[in-house]
Amino acid sequence: MKLAYYPGCSLEVNSAAYDVSTRAVADVLGITLQELDDWNCCGATEYFSQDELTACAVIARNLALVEKDLDQLVAPCAACYLNLAKTDKLMVDHEELGKQVNQCLAAGGLQYTPGRVRVRNLLDVIYTDVGEEEIKKKIKKPLTGLRVAPYYGCQVVRPICETDNPEYPMQMDHLFQWLGAEVVDYPVKAHCCGGHMTQISEPQAFEMIRRLLQSAVHYEADMILCMCPMCQLNLDAYQGRVNSHFKTEFKMPIIFFTQLMGIALGIEPDKLDFGKELVDARPVLAAKLGAAETVSV
Amino acid sequence: MAERVGIYVCHCGSNIAGMVDVEEVAKWAGVAIPDVVVARDYKFMCSSLGQQMIEEDIKKEKLTRVVVAACSPHLHEKTFRRACQNAGLNPFLCQMTNLREHCSWVSTDRLAATAKAKALVYAAAERVKRQQPLEPMPVKVNPTTLVVGGGIAGIQATLELADAGYKVYLVERSPSIGGHMAQFDKTFPTLDCSACILTPKMSEVGQHENVTLLTYSELEEVSGSVGNFQVKIRKKARHVDYDKCTGCGICIEKCPRKVIDHEFEAGLGYRKAIYTPFPQAVPRIPVIDTESCIWFTRGKCQACSKLCPTQAIDYDQQDETIEIEVGNIIVSTGWNLFDCTKLPQYGYGRLANVYTNMEFERLCNAAGPTNGKILMRDGKTEPDSVAIIHCVGSRDSRHNEGCSAVCCMAALKFGHLVLEKTKAKVYSFYIDMRPNQKAYEEFYQRLLEEGMIFVRGKVAEVTDAARQPSEEGKLIVQAEDTLLGKQQRYPVDMVILMGAMEPQADAKELGLKCGISCSMAGWYTERHPKLDPVATMTDGLFVAGVCQGPKDIPASVAQGAAAAARVMGMITKGTVMIEPIVASIDEEECSGCRICNNLCPFNAIEYDEEKGVSRVVTALCKGCGTCVAACPAGAITGAHFNNQQIMAEIRGALWDAAPEAKEEPAAV
Repeated sequence: MKLAYYPGCSLEVNSAAYDVSTRAVADVLGITLQELDDWNCCGATEYFSQDELTACAVIARNLALVEKDLDQLVAPCAACYLNLAKTDKLMVDHEELGKQVNQCLAAGGLQYTPGRVRVRNLLDVIYTDVGEEEIKKKIKKPLTGLRVAPYYGCQVVRPICETDNPEYPMQMDHLFQWLGAEVVDYPVKAHCCGGHMTQISEPQAFEMIRRLLQSAVHYEADMILCMCPMCQLNLDAYQGRVNSHFKTEFKMPIIFFTQLMGIALGIEPDKLDFGKELVDARPVLAAKLGAAETVSV
Repeated sequence: MAERVGIYVCHCGSNIAGMVDVEEVAKWAGVAIPDVVVARDYKFMCSSLGQQMIEEDIKKEKLTRVVVAACSPHLHEKTFRRACQNAGLNPFLCQMTNLREHCSWVSTDRLAATAKAKALVYAAAERVKRQQPLEPMPVKVNPTTLVVGGGIAGIQATLELADAGYKVYLVERSPSIGGHMAQFDKTFPTLDCSACILTPKMSEVGQHENVTLLTYSELEEVSGSVGNFQVKIRKKARHVDYDKCTGCGICIEKCPRKVIDHEFEAGLGYRKAIYTPFPQAVPRIPVIDTESCIWFTRGKCQACSKLCPTQAIDYDQQDETIEIEVGNIIVSTGWNLFDCTKLPQYGYGRLANVYTNMEFERLCNAAGPTNGKILMRDGKTEPDSVAIIHCVGSRDSRHNEGCSAVCCMAALKFGHLVLEKTKAKVYSFYIDMRPNQKAYEEFYQRLLEEGMIFVRGKVAEVTDAARQPSEEGKLIVQAEDTLLGKQQRYPVDMVILMGAMEPQADAKELGLKCGISCSMAGWYTERHPKLDPVATMTDGLFVAGVCQGPKDIPASVAQGAAAAARVMGMITKGTVMIEPIVASIDEEECSGCRICNNLCPFNAIEYDEEKGVSRVVTALCKGCGTCVAACPAGAITGAHFNNQQIMAEIRGALWDAAPEAKEEPAAV
């Protein structure tokens, strides 16, 4: 299986672990990820709130860069995925916008036929295209005894839903059950992490983060698994601030689902970029998975 | 001699005239279409004045053919055929073409619609000129009736017919009749006991001399037509001899195998492996559930057989298929509850104290698993607060677009029962409150006074993720109160989901067997939504109750009685006229290849060995046309649908595309 790959800005720096672990897991699963040559930023949420045509043109440039022999593009970052998928859908649904976007692209010698590329989220590719049978065959180290809270966030599940259910998705739950983990029924799994609210109103943002952490603690989860750089950043990097704000003592590791999946597939932990998270996941992994040599602290 | 054709274009008020220039169509038809001697338009052709106009024209203008360009023949073909007959014209020389459903209602461009109307009229005129006079065939009506489905609608229909002195077969798939109504505790808005009003009717059915009750049985096949249906019914093996069993119940008492009862008790209670669904079941003959029976699964036990005082247990009993003959069929197959796990945000199946409406019916039923005490899943604790969520899976474009019609009232009934039996607060989360039948609004007012709390808003989620200490251990219902314009969180102990009514999973399949079509939503389609609510497009087949669309008990009973009345009308009349639209084989042309023999779905073609030709048995032929299309020699003709008629119709429809092609085409 070969797909075009769009890492996006987050995966270059603060979520490098997501990029590293995605590539490592894809390698084991036999997915060839061909990174777009000269891709650009998706504009996150900012461009769309300013001007639709500009936003779409910036994003569609990436769609236009997908090589002709590929028809699927995978973007691990939830925001990138949503922007790419949304732009393609807007261009399909609104012919005039599609024309205008292509006029913009023409200035750079590019062209994109709306609907040509199917934008995929990584979880769905792993869950649907690779599937249970193949994944189970490749398990080297079952995650027995580890309790995980699958956190989907809000951007992958809606408005363009490629998971099983926008209100209560289960794909990541099933995936980690296959991998042997105990998956908690995490009731806030598709709730918003607050996004950029930390930059606007900290008390509000901290409350949203607290709820997510609190629920995971309530269900005695050992860690929260993310599929979005923004979610991971908010829950991990602001955990200390949340603790001092609410006088709580959260110490919940927040990692990308691909990192833990890598462990199950027998990939060396060093190759999965553990240790970049602020609340260190390694002690928990070592304690729960019972082998110090599995994860070097 | 050339035919003399009359064309009658109807305005249908503004239904047709609003989109089609009917005056222009009539004027044009009088000039453009050959052999037309009179062409008129009229406001309502179906009115007595309109019919009179046609009748007078037939006499005065010596018309030999009539085209009525109006609505669907489903509605008025009979009307205009009768008018022609009154004026001495054979009714099969009258042709309707549909300018309303097929043209004006589905068009937005007046010019295009008018052009299409002309093509339709031309096609009908060319066809009608080649139609032949036919005589309908009288058929005797078998006075025995089949009722399919033994819920309250079917029970009502059965009793109406049986009390009037006619024989009825009542077929029910489950081991007892009674349907959903048998599961309810109280009925709204009068709060009378459901079982108390239902069980007398059930036992009346069970004991009625005119009723043959076939429970635990499935309809397999229907053939024949109005007046004379042949029906195959499979009696599933009960493993209890119906004639020997006295219904004493010792087998049930002694059966050591207890299983969760997912049917009658909605998963809240238990039954034995040999069981009747409930104590007042009709008949009282139990059935063995072979999937849980110890003898059937492990080859041991036989407690029931050993203890039965009449040796009625028969482990070797097999399914048995019987054939019966009836004149009419009433289908009253009811509904299924929406699978509430399809809305995982409401937590059903995940969060223990989220219940469906059918579970709650059992929970507050005095004969139910808690003896009518409203208790949470632990079986001990009374809730302090209960939330009732309306429209779960109904009024939802992702599941069932329609309204389930009864849930608002059922929710009010639940509210009343909770307030009466516990000290709990009760919240209703509704989109719109629809108590719209007699005395229903009053019941709503009563609940407002009793203190039920109404929140107008669709619930976003039911969660156990507490945000505040006061929410710990509760189910939190998150909803926007749209009257306050505010998101609110309501911590409660128990949540009841008012799941939608859905068509039976095999409603389509059964519809195909009988010849009843389904709406987009899956409910059976009545002949006319307002004026013929219990008949279907197939003569002799009637529908009653929820299988035709969500409705409450009074409406289901009314439909059951209405369907019975329609059937009695047929029986009293004694004969029905069958359209003589059948196939016939030209013996000169038939080569005796017998291709048609096996193709005929009604076994209506027999082979004459002596002459070496096939022959159609007119009484069995349904006029489907399969043999006509298949005959390699073109020796078979379908009356009223022969090649000349159909080719002429096509040529007429294409009048402006190839105006020069006037000659008769060769038969295909």
